[in-house]
Amino acid sequence: MAGIRTEPVTVNLGPQHPSTHGVFRLRVTFDGEEIIDSEPIFGYLHRGTEKLAESRNYVQIVTLTDRLDYVSSMSNNLAYVSAVEKLSDIQVPERAQYIRVISAELQRIASHLMATGFLLNDLGALATPLTYCFRERERILDLFEMLCGARVTLSYMRPGGIFQDAPEEFWSSLNTLISDFPHYLDELESLITSNEIVLSRTLGVGKLTDKQAIDSGVSGPNLRASSVKWDLRKAAPYEIYDRVKVDVPIGVNGDVFDRYYVRALEMRESIKIISQCIDQIEDGPIRTETPYFIRPPKGEIYSAIEAPKGELGFYLISDGSIAPYRCKVRAPSYLNLTPLSDMLKGWKMGDLIIILGSIDFVLGEVDR
Amino acid sequence: MKKSKTIQYNLGNNHLTKIISGSKVSSITSESLPDAILKYDDENFWVDPAYVKEICLLLKNNKNLEFSFLNSITAIDHIENFEVLYHLTSLKNNSKTTMRVICPNGRKNPEIQSVVSVWKAADLQEREIWDLMGIKFTGHPNLKRILLWEGFDGHPLRKDYIG
Repeated sequence: MAGIRTEPVTVNLGPQHPSTHGVFRLRVTFDGEEIIDSEPIFGYLHRGTEKLAESRNYVQIVTLTDRLDYVSSMSNNLAYVSAVEKLSDIQVPERAQYIRVISAELQRIASHLMATGFLLNDLGALATPLTYCFRERERILDLFEMLCGARVTLSYMRPGGIFQDAPEEFWSSLNTLISDFPHYLDELESLITSNEIVLSRTLGVGKLTDKQAIDSGVSGPNLRASSVKWDLRKAAPYEIYDRVKVDVPIGVNGDVFDRYYVRALEMRESIKIISQCIDQIEDGPIRTETPYFIRPPKGEIYSAIEAPKGELGFYLISDGSIAPYRCKVRAPSYLNLTPLSDMLKGWKMGDLIIILGSIDFVLGEVDR
Repeated sequence: MKKSKTIQYNLGNNHLTKIISGSKVSSITSESLPDAILKYDDENFWVDPAYVKEICLLLKNNKNLEFSFLNSITAIDHIENFEVLYHLTSLKNNSKTTMRVICPNGRKNPEIQSVVSVWKAADLQEREIWDLMGIKFTGHPNLKRILLWEGFDGHPLRKDYIG
């Protein structure tokens, strides 16, 4: 078709678009069907969390962290309270640490289920696989309801421990869940992992090389899918992760399929971690007594955990008062979007949607 | 599926991330850039604003340091001046350090060098700092507001901002 003049077309995707998982806008320039340039535009959900934190006390901020990555509140709570504990040198009872790890791993499964479900939704398998994922996520939310009465915005953790001990019925339901879950994952994987249509849509699409991923600050399953074996649960074990055996699944090509498959394998690992925790947990106190207003000594801390989306870090500065002087959130979803333009270049509109879906970002965390 | 080479990083149970002290970084960088590091302590080192980019290139490429992963960039309002922090991790050596730069010019037009050309991870974070804290990064390819809209008055994370 030499000699025919073509003109690039700029298209707005979002901010209100079902496949952007929130209010996210992408300005894409196409040449024919091929993407030649793209620019993400954020800020539609900006609530100024970092500024709000400067005028709240250390316990109140826990509720702000719920609303960062609103599909994995437990992990956000854990990241924040462990930063406060390191800053003010609060010891956490062992039982509380085990319950925290169990709930954080349950949250990881719930988050990965949502990622997988919505990826399939984006692929065009409308609603059915998503409903399968949500059915199991519902059981995890029921467990959270037993723990703290809430299902999404949990605020379960406190500096020094957790807000209340897990009730008796929690443990029996948890045991049922972890014995059922591997079968459920087999069922889900039999639908997806070797599905001809899924493979032809995802293999080799939206590749992210290991060098690109490290350079762009990508973390979590997206980094591991690019065959970089880096997991903070192993590299810098927090809570009681040094007492459980954690395997780190990694991908080979760093494409959309690997990003899905690493998540599927991580869910199985999470189940193993939870069952090890159930074997090891003993009775005991669940919270260290802390003053009503925590006044950490003057100082600062950067503390990060491996949240479902990647490295979630909190940087806190204390000036000795009841509120932090500065509270910075290192949001994994925000940094995972850094290489987006490079990943999209050269692909088509349909691939754009699944590449976005495979990154698994949550706008609450991106915009803060 | 094609098998490709896996990069095996230094991992293992109970293998905590080492903190590289400022004095060690300083001893390595002093060979090529003797004036760049102004002071240091156990976990941090303060860099002369004029040498930010050169030091970052050295930290990334030096065989003993290899800080290939930029965790986060944070800006702090110290009332009399602004400070920018770079939390760095070496995935290969499982070590971390913190680089600090105090912006020149006090509260008026704080400006430091951009490190986007060293780590792409700095791209969105520097834009965020410009948006919320008002620190200009010279050499950034696309420095404009990111979370707030163009035309917004002021920089909300500054301590003197009245909303």
